[in-house]
Amino acid sequence: MFLLCDLVSPRTWLAMISHLAGRFLGIAIMVVVVTGLSLGFSLLVLALTGLPILGLTLRAATWCAAAERARLSLMLGVQIPAWPAEARAGYRWGIVPRWRMLTERATWGELGYGLMRLPVSAIAVTLSVAAWAAGLVALTLPLYNSLLPSGGAKVGDFVLGGTPRMTASAVIGLLVLLAAPQLTRGLASADAALSRRLLGPRRDLAARVTELEISRERVVDAAETERRRIERDLHDGAQQRLVALAMDLGRAKARFADDLDAAAGLVDQAHAQAKEALVELRNLVRGVHPPVLTERGLDAALSGLAALCPVPVEVHVDVPVRPKSSVEAVGYFMVAEALTNVAKHSRASHAKVVVEGHGYPGTLTVMISDDGVGGADVHSPGLSGLADRVSGVDGRLSVESPSGGPTIIAAELPCG
Amino acid sequence: MRVVIAEDSVLLREGLTRLLTEAGHEVAAAEGDAEKFLRAVAAHTPDAVVVDVRMPPTFTDEGLRAALMVRDQWPDTGVLVLSQWVEERYATELISGRPHGVGYLLKDRVADVAEFLDALHRVATGGSALDPEVVAQLLARSRHPLGELTPREREVLALMAEGRSNSAIAAALVVGSGAVEKHINNIFTKLGLAPGDRDHRRVLAVLRYLGT
Repeated sequence: MFLLCDLVSPRTWLAMISHLAGRFLGIAIMVVVVTGLSLGFSLLVLALTGLPILGLTLRAATWCAAAERARLSLMLGVQIPAWPAEARAGYRWGIVPRWRMLTERATWGELGYGLMRLPVSAIAVTLSVAAWAAGLVALTLPLYNSLLPSGGAKVGDFVLGGTPRMTASAVIGLLVLLAAPQLTRGLASADAALSRRLLGPRRDLAARVTELEISRERVVDAAETERRRIERDLHDGAQQRLVALAMDLGRAKARFADDLDAAAGLVDQAHAQAKEALVELRNLVRGVHPPVLTERGLDAALSGLAALCPVPVEVHVDVPVRPKSSVEAVGYFMVAEALTNVAKHSRASHAKVVVEGHGYPGTLTVMISDDGVGGADVHSPGLSGLADRVSGVDGRLSVESPSGGPTIIAAELPCG
Repeated sequence: MRVVIAEDSVLLREGLTRLLTEAGHEVAAAEGDAEKFLRAVAAHTPDAVVVDVRMPPTFTDEGLRAALMVRDQWPDTGVLVLSQWVEERYATELISGRPHGVGYLLKDRVADVAEFLDALHRVATGGSALDPEVVAQLLARSRHPLGELTPREREVLALMAEGRSNSAIAAALVVGSGAVEKHINNIFTKLGLAPGDRDHRRVLAVLRYLGT
């Protein structure tokens, strides 16, 4: 039954389409890579004009790799992470490749992929199509065998005929046809594994180290920015209020002797200043790391944020096992930042926060959505700081905010 | 009324003592940690205690746990918990099932002396006092939709959840007590709650409804 389902399953046919697409794209990629490399190297000898051509070729190989990652993800559902651009040597003046590129696995991986795409897909297409065709032909042979001009299918000089042979042919055809989807899909899996080897950076420790170095730098920067923001908030907010408060009290002290009413008014004013300073300090602390987060976890801490937001916020938290504190803090900060944006820019009438824990140690997913006008800028200090924090715990952040809305900010944070 | 204070910051402990003494109350003891505080409560059986949530040695929620012990062992003593920040979760733990003689306020509220004393009085006489900020959190997280309430009814609901009496609600909203009663009846009808005759039963119903 499963085997029959496989005949018409979308996965099978996507794999087949993938083989066909790979075959045609393979030709294009091969042409680009081979022409570029040979042209580049031969002109290299003449004068240095070859270098930009080589640079262009390497760039083209990178673009092709990106396109192929997208194609494999679309057709085979295989996610191959890209090499982080920061981890690569790159180009001088945008076009001349740096020497260090020669030592990069990514460079050779992409070029190798460009050369291997066509033959691999060609083999896959040939084998798959052959299996389907042979299966169909053998299965249906009994229907048209007698109509053939030679009086029956020929194997060598022998002409096939007779019920037992026709039955055998049909059975063999059926078996081959049932096996064809498995072959097509198996080839697709093998193709995906090979592509992952050539295009995927994850196994490469050096690249991982570079990635970590970059994310550490971003986290340090984010912490620095955050410290400066706190300093500024304290300075502009609570400190100014306390100065004004001390001033009012000083003036009140001076008036007490002659004008009691004026003094009382000033004391009132000072009282109000002091209370506002307290509110500002409290809100500042809530944005940094509230004690309730440490003591009771995300669920308890998020209600404070939701209540602080002028837009009505619906909060759903389902985290069976508390993740480690760094992950909780990132999740909390994310909601704080997102709700600040909702309040400031979104003009939303409703926002929703969903936090879920999956498995142990598993992952924590955090999603904040609103029905506002959208158009959030991912390069704004707030959102890029958020991305830095998320990358600091190896998480992934996605921001969807088409103009006209809605805005959805989501992250997946590994807890292990 | 006789009060015992638990507050580790000397500045605030002295301030609270002075404030309560000036208002004509007797401060039987003012302690800096939970253990001494519990001993003082046992020795003086005060009408009310004022407890800070964070105290030594771990500065997390010792005060809250001490407050829960007082609530359970001395049911006639009103417990007013003060905190640098208020959280709906702590309020839920403190109130769970019995919002009589329990209060939970931001420390800042001490600055409004009259209101603070009123809250302490409510707690000491078996009423309740919940910080407006906690109530806002409860409303934000309510398990039930409150959409049918008019903005005015929401205001009344919030003040009710804080533990205020009809006359206090009327004064806060600058309306007559008849209007307040009408609003309250509407709220109870819309939320499908049985109207309570006494103030604290009403608070209980509202808090239960909001999901504590």
